[in-house]
Amino acid sequence: MKRVAIVGAGPAGIAAADLLVGRAGISVTLIDEGQQPGGQIFRQPHPGLATDMKRLLGAGHARLERFRALCSNVLPQLDYRPRTLVWNVFGGELMTLGERGVDSLSYDALLIATGATDRVLPVEGWTMPGVYTLGGAQILLKEQGCLIGRQVVFCGASPLLYLAALQYHRAGGAVAAVLDTTPIAAKVKAIPRLLALPGVLKDGLSYMAALRLAGVPIVGGVTLDAFVGEGRAAEVRYRAGGQAHAVACDAVAYGFGLRPEMQLAELADCALRYDSFRRQWYPDHDGDGRCGHGVYVAGDVAQMGGAEAAGHSGRLAALSILADFGLEAPASPEPDRAALARQLTFQDGLGHAFAWPAAHVAGLADEVMLCRCEGVSVGEVRRGLRSDGGPQEANRAKAATRCGMGRCQGRFCGSALAELVAAETGADGVARPLDRLRAQPPIKPLPISAVAGEPLA
Amino acid sequence: MSQMHTDVVIIGAGSIGTLTALYLVRQGLSVVLLDRGFAGGQSTGVSPGSLRLQGRNPTEMPLSMRAQEMWEAFEDDIGESVEFEQKGHLFLALTPAHLDKIDALMPIEAAHGNFCEKLSRDEVLSRWPCLTPENLGGMFNPRSAVVNSRMVAPAVARAASRAGALLFEQEEVLSVERKGETFLTRTDRDRRIESPIVVNAAGMWARPFANGFGEDAPMFSAGPIQMVTEPVPQFLDPVVHSVDGHIIFRQTLAGNIVVAGHPRVPVDDVARRSRVPPDKTLRNMRRLLNAAPGLLPQSIIRIWTGIEGYLPDMLPVLGPSATTPGLFHAFGWSGHGLQCAPAAAESLTQLIVGGASRIDLSPFAIARFTGAVRPDEQKLRDEFEDNVVRPRSGAAAS
Repeated sequence: MKRVAIVGAGPAGIAAADLLVGRAGISVTLIDEGQQPGGQIFRQPHPGLATDMKRLLGAGHARLERFRALCSNVLPQLDYRPRTLVWNVFGGELMTLGERGVDSLSYDALLIATGATDRVLPVEGWTMPGVYTLGGAQILLKEQGCLIGRQVVFCGASPLLYLAALQYHRAGGAVAAVLDTTPIAAKVKAIPRLLALPGVLKDGLSYMAALRLAGVPIVGGVTLDAFVGEGRAAEVRYRAGGQAHAVACDAVAYGFGLRPEMQLAELADCALRYDSFRRQWYPDHDGDGRCGHGVYVAGDVAQMGGAEAAGHSGRLAALSILADFGLEAPASPEPDRAALARQLTFQDGLGHAFAWPAAHVAGLADEVMLCRCEGVSVGEVRRGLRSDGGPQEANRAKAATRCGMGRCQGRFCGSALAELVAAETGADGVARPLDRLRAQPPIKPLPISAVAGEPLA
Repeated sequence: MSQMHTDVVIIGAGSIGTLTALYLVRQGLSVVLLDRGFAGGQSTGVSPGSLRLQGRNPTEMPLSMRAQEMWEAFEDDIGESVEFEQKGHLFLALTPAHLDKIDALMPIEAAHGNFCEKLSRDEVLSRWPCLTPENLGGMFNPRSAVVNSRMVAPAVARAASRAGALLFEQEEVLSVERKGETFLTRTDRDRRIESPIVVNAAGMWARPFANGFGEDAPMFSAGPIQMVTEPVPQFLDPVVHSVDGHIIFRQTLAGNIVVAGHPRVPVDDVARRSRVPPDKTLRNMRRLLNAAPGLLPQSIIRIWTGIEGYLPDMLPVLGPSATTPGLFHAFGWSGHGLQCAPAAAESLTQLIVGGASRIDLSPFAIARFTGAVRPDEQKLRDEFEDNVVRPRSGAAAS
């Protein structure tokens, strides 16, 4: 019997599990941090909340229903461990912390489908109460039925920008403005690639149209200057067309796309590849999810693609696992490969339409907070980099300044630190990759209480 | 290709290499300091930063006590903070055997002028209420200190550079050859450096530079297990160290609790990879809770180890080569390098400049490994996991 461990019960993990369950010679264990399956995209209301998901998700509701149906078929056929953190991997074993305490799980194949989180950059005032990431604002709404405010500014550069704003509008929250940092010209240039999925492009345009129809101000090509307020965000200051502007609000949701949650892949010794277009690192794989030595990746952690792409890449990884076990494949990989390729072309378009503002960090004032866990400012890191003989690399800057040493271990400040090091050292992040903070265990904080009551020896 | 001449080439920019560079340039010598990574990037930088004085090998005590004097003036000397804090070091007894060990240590410390206080259980609890009421007493040395080990080598490297040393980081030494009266050092940046003196302070990777001159020391690698919590308000002054070394923890200036504890684990010094086996992390978490139950609400946010070089008698090689005039070794610190570094660097400087060091370095001679190795059996058994490959009793050096 071969054991496949899948980490992540989002669209990639569930699609993979669907192809693997019920096959002779294979047992599947699915580990997920969430209380319910779905990952971030299919976050479901907390049990007991009667959120009107149909109204909230609009046309997207049908996809959630399909996902739920798939889960109700797949989950009873495998060893499902919700509310369980994988905190380390070592010697072919996952280390877990779940409802029954710490445990370990050996595997013959490990499928990492850990998805993505918001990719953020510092903006003056970004650590103030009332400022949320776009993904965080969406999760609160989907899972808890809560709004982050009644007058919310949505800003940044992310495919979530218009979607999250529209969901807030549907849920009864007033959207004060949508401030898009990508210029219109860049969006126009993205259209040929976005036409790879005309239906999805049409959906995206319909979000913008619905917001305009609702009278929400939408401004493109802005530069975000500051989130301002007395102890809580009350205003967003920005520049557009050479003019300074301000919009009043009681909360801000912002983000600059997504970053792969790849600490587990890194600790599992996956080689990494640098995507010079998105200016970030991903686990390297063969296109079908193979990383080598029994480790596989699927979904947004493997390549940023969204839920549909995640489903295809989950199926491809499952087919790779079956083939590598020498088992008969239930399907040809070709249709999934073709569908994934279309999704990824579209995603390249999204990457242009919602561009990572690489130059933003170089323009930040010294006082702006860079590492919120350790309270390290942009200026402290700059001074460290500029001081004689000082560190010239992100991991060195971390050691010297504590930037990235705190609770999040650089998951949220790492992109900004890498851009800052590049700006200070004159690296362009294309010919020479941006630096990357090396992952160290635990993958997320490990409570000491996890071992309470256990005998010493 | 670039060709250089200098008085001294130092291989390895850890605490020993950077300090030796600093002291030598102050004596008017020209110095080139080379490291294939970054200054302090290996065992210096990953050390828990404890400058412990009590319980040391008596052979090392003169070095250790002199180093302590130098640490006490260190920040003024190099002109930067390294978060030096002299908050003492507590040996905590958790078993009757620990108490016996403390009783045995007290006169040894006194003989070396290292004042230690023996504390009862109640004295321990009244000073540090966070510690377990199950403790049996302790031995407190107020003079021991801590530093932020990440900051030491970069800060010293800056001081050495300001004083005139040339530091080349991310530059690997490919070979050192003897050409008549001088050494020729070649690097992977196509640099050729001629010097009458070479200092081999390359840590776990020092052995080939000795082997090239017909000598050897049976160094093996291992990694100390370490982890750290999120910062919490200051509540704990000294380093707390169970007498058996199974759990060692302290609070940093930033407020985090740094946690270590023997035995050490295997590491891969060839691929330069080191990972803590997760069951050892969990074991040390249990030991931490046992020694300080009040830490229950905290979380571990980072776990790491590093690659340290150990010698079977748990003493370093420090001093001149036995085969080659002008070559000096300082490696195999067996976990004590950071604390001893200032005195080791001072001794090397005295040797190089004046031909003799004030502290007798003969116990640390590389030639001691030409005969049968006399291992420190107890430490080799107690302080290393069974799967750390290490020489055992009677094994001869190659």
